[in-house]
Formats: sequence, structure tokens, C-alpha cells
Amino acid sequence: MKGSLIIISFFILGVGLSYLDLLPQVMYNDGYTMYILYLLLFCVGVSIGCDTTIISSLKKYGYLMFILPLATIIGTIIGSAAISVLIKDYTMAECVAVGCGFGYYSLSSIFLTEMKGPELGTVALLSNVTREMITLVFAPLLVLVFGKLAPISAGGATTMDTTLPIITRYSGKEFVVIAIFHGFMVDLTVPFLVTFFASF
Amino acid sequence: MLEVVLVMISGIFIGYLLRKKNLKYIHKFISVSIYLLLLFLGISVGGNPSIMNSLSTIGVSALIITIGALIGSCSLAWVVYKLFFLNRADKNIDV
Repeated sequence: MKGSLIIISFFILGVGLSYLDLLPQVMYNDGYTMYILYLLLFCVGVSIGCDTTIISSLKKYGYLMFILPLATIIGTIIGSAAISVLIKDYTMAECVAVGCGFGYYSLSSIFLTEMKGPELGTVALLSNVTREMITLVFAPLLVLVFGKLAPISAGGATTMDTTLPIITRYSGKEFVVIAIFHGFMVDLTVPFLVTFFASF
Repeated sequence: MLEVVLVMISGIFIGYLLRKKNLKYIHKFISVSIYLLLLFLGISVGGNPSIMNSLSTIGVSALIITIGALIGSCSLAWVVYKLFFLNRADKNIDV
């Protein structure tokens, strides 16, 4: 939660500084963002590669571990494609690309900014921040309506870090390993699915 | 976006090779690059009058997409829970 607030503050700081025209022209050159993005992707890859708990939990639960991440991904794609009929400003593929951020707002907003411009990037940022917030606030309600796995699916890519404590509390300790692996799998698909749907 | 795949896979590979080392600082790198990227995104949003003027409609679109994504994923999570997890819980198998 604290981490999310810091990240959002950086975004708001950027908006404020540039809205008030307080920055030198060189700061508006977005050529370097792509390099920072690659650095980020590389570091995310390294942190995934050196995480040995993932391999050991795979050995314990087998194929069952893959079913929930798959459900989250397919459900999100179907849900955001269906609801895109209510949205006039963006195409169905763009709405699905936003949905495929799975709560990973930093990465998804940056990809969509690079590929589709800052407007869709902002949609992705707000949409995916909201996804994390709703998961944190409504986890007990989600369990009541959709069962114990719902907060994990709702949390999307965040279930290995920010939303893990809330999942542990409302879904139960027995779902911690499933939540971590779920977050890991969904996390991994964000760059691929977002760029895939943004390419239409 | 072939670069994306290559960069990430090479990261995973190197991370796997270095898995016995203490890689705590990698999370610092991740945080700092996220801060920088979001700062730059904010800068391009704040300097773009058409986005600033339509922030409320952008926010509404974002919320609608989130609700769709959540209903879709939670519905399938309910199906998975009923099909694969409830039975195991009944038989007292550790899930």
C-alpha cells in the first residue's frame, strides 16, 4: 500500500511539474523511457529467475497451479472485451490491452504510452490502480459472492506482493502459495498480452 | 515487440544462474525504474492539454474497463473454485 502511494505520487508530481510548466525542455524528450523500460523488464526477469520458491511449489501442486492464472487471464480478456461496448473512445482491442495490465499499472501504462500514446497509458494507469484498490478494499465481499479464489483473480499480477496480505486474511493461509504462483504467472504475461492487444 | 521477450527472458536466465546470490538490490532497481517511468508518464500527461481536459472521461472509461475485467476474472475464479477446489477441501486434501 505504501509502495503504491509512492508510485502514484511520482506520477502526480510529473503531472503537476509539467502542467505548471516548471521543467526544462529536455525533460519532455521521451526517448529515454524506452531504455528505462528495458532495464525494468530485465530486472523483473532477474527477480523471477532467482525465485526458487516458485519451482518448489510447482513440484508440490502440479498442474492445479496453472488453472487459476489461466482463469484470471481468460476471464479478464472476456470481461474487458464485453464491457468495451459501453466505451466509445477506445476500440475493443485497446480495452482488452488495458485490462491485461492485471493491476500491474506501472508496466501496462508505460507499454501503452509507448505504443498508443499517453492517453491510453493514463487509462491503463487509472484502470489498473483501481483494480488493486478494489481488491484491497472489497476482498471480503469478493469472497462472499465469488468464493475464496476471487480475491486472487481480482488481484491479478499483484497477488505475489501488494495484495498478498489481504488474500491471506480473507481467502485463508492455505491459498498463500497459490496466490504467489498466480501473481508470478500473471506478472509474466503482462508485457506479452499488453503489447499483443496493443498491436491491433 | 520481440525485444520485450528477449530482454525479459535473458533477465530470467541470468536470475536463474545467480539464484544462490543475494539479489535483494534488484528490487531497488525495479522500484527506482518504476518511479522514473511514472514520473515521465506524468510529465507527458501534464504537458498534454487534451488529456488534462478529459481526465474525468478517461477516469470513467478506466473504471468501466476495471469492472468488466473484475467481473470476468472473478466469475471464472468461482467456476475454478467449484470445479477443482471444493472437492479437495471436502476430502481434506491440502490445497
